[in-house]
Amino acid sequence: MTHFINDLIGPRQLIFAFVLVGLLTWLCYAFSKHVTKNRIHGSAVAIIIGLALAYYGGISTGGKRGIADISVFAGFALMGGAMLRDFCIVSTAFGVRLEELKKAGLGGVLALVIGTVLAFIVGVGVAYAFGYRDTVSLTTIGAGSVTFIVGPVTGSALGATSDVIALSIAAGVVKSIAVMILTPFLAKPFGLTNPAAAMVYGGLMGTTSGTAAGLAATDVRLVPYGALTATFYTGFGCLVCPSILYLVMKAIFG
Amino acid sequence: MVIYGVMVLGLCMFIGTSIGLGLGLALGIPGDIGGVGFAMLLLVFTTPWFKKMGWFPKASEDGIMFWNAMYIPVVIAMAATQNVAAAMSGGWIAFIAGLASVVICFALIRPLSILAGSKTSSFGDEAAAPTESAAKPAKAA
Repeated sequence: MTHFINDLIGPRQLIFAFVLVGLLTWLCYAFSKHVTKNRIHGSAVAIIIGLALAYYGGISTGGKRGIADISVFAGFALMGGAMLRDFCIVSTAFGVRLEELKKAGLGGVLALVIGTVLAFIVGVGVAYAFGYRDTVSLTTIGAGSVTFIVGPVTGSALGATSDVIALSIAAGVVKSIAVMILTPFLAKPFGLTNPAAAMVYGGLMGTTSGTAAGLAATDVRLVPYGALTATFYTGFGCLVCPSILYLVMKAIFG
Repeated sequence: MVIYGVMVLGLCMFIGTSIGLGLGLALGIPGDIGGVGFAMLLLVFTTPWFKKMGWFPKASEDGIMFWNAMYIPVVIAMAATQNVAAAMSGGWIAFIAGLASVVICFALIRPLSILAGSKTSSFGDEAAAPTESAAKPAKAA
């Protein structure tokens, strides 16, 4: 039986990963829709399950590549590796029009810059408080509090270790979920009631799935305005975190 | 053809990463300094131009849109291949860093949205952009 499975999956690892991720996505989106009533976006549920699978892979094999250390799941390492990941991330920039950013005006642009830098500083501060001192790890965890994409992109560009990259993803996922859950409650007291505020909010929070789900639960009419600025956030983070912010970090921490 | 879109995407990635690696070399820092970001910028600036020249039909777009749609699934696979077991020892970092950055940013919505013109912003029409001329009645309390 084991022989049969190895013959079946062994030479088709990547395809097997596509099938499993598809199945996982389907289950998680159904969970998001029926159990959480769309309050937590399906993508966030799926990423949490992914992290849980990685944890299981790690403790059961003692390896460093999460679920991919179990041989039948080795295709996950290729599918989720830096090569395809960066390729997909670059593709998300397609169709983004910079004129759209002008619509958001000075407030929107400022929100984008401040939101990115502030989240980065918070992440670095927390990592520092927990005893991290090397610049690459601090930068990666800081980038993770920007979004769960910016963290691993920054981490692999700078050569961070896998556990630090995992932490940066986890920080980004916590942020994304916090945005989804907290937004409906905090919207009114913090003035998130009109399109201009939604554009500022999108720029400050950034996480696209988080802001879309959070705004949908607050007032559906706000969604396109928040998405307008949030679209730029990950790209902006991928540009500044491993470059300008890393250089600033190097200047401070050496 | 679909492959043309994939090729353009790949070229953007190679040029962007070259810039990133070049910057790293120039600054004496090992690593790729913002390569993915530069690649994204290239895609943003080149593809509208290709389209205007009529070099980028629907099929070429599909070559890029496929990867765009694979983004979340690839991220899920990425999450499943990280060293989470080792990261769990520092689990609180993720929780505190993620939550703190959200709460702090929420406090900035009000001051920044005044700058963005929230006083005159409403759901009046499609182009409810916050411009000075948008003299719509304030909806915000």
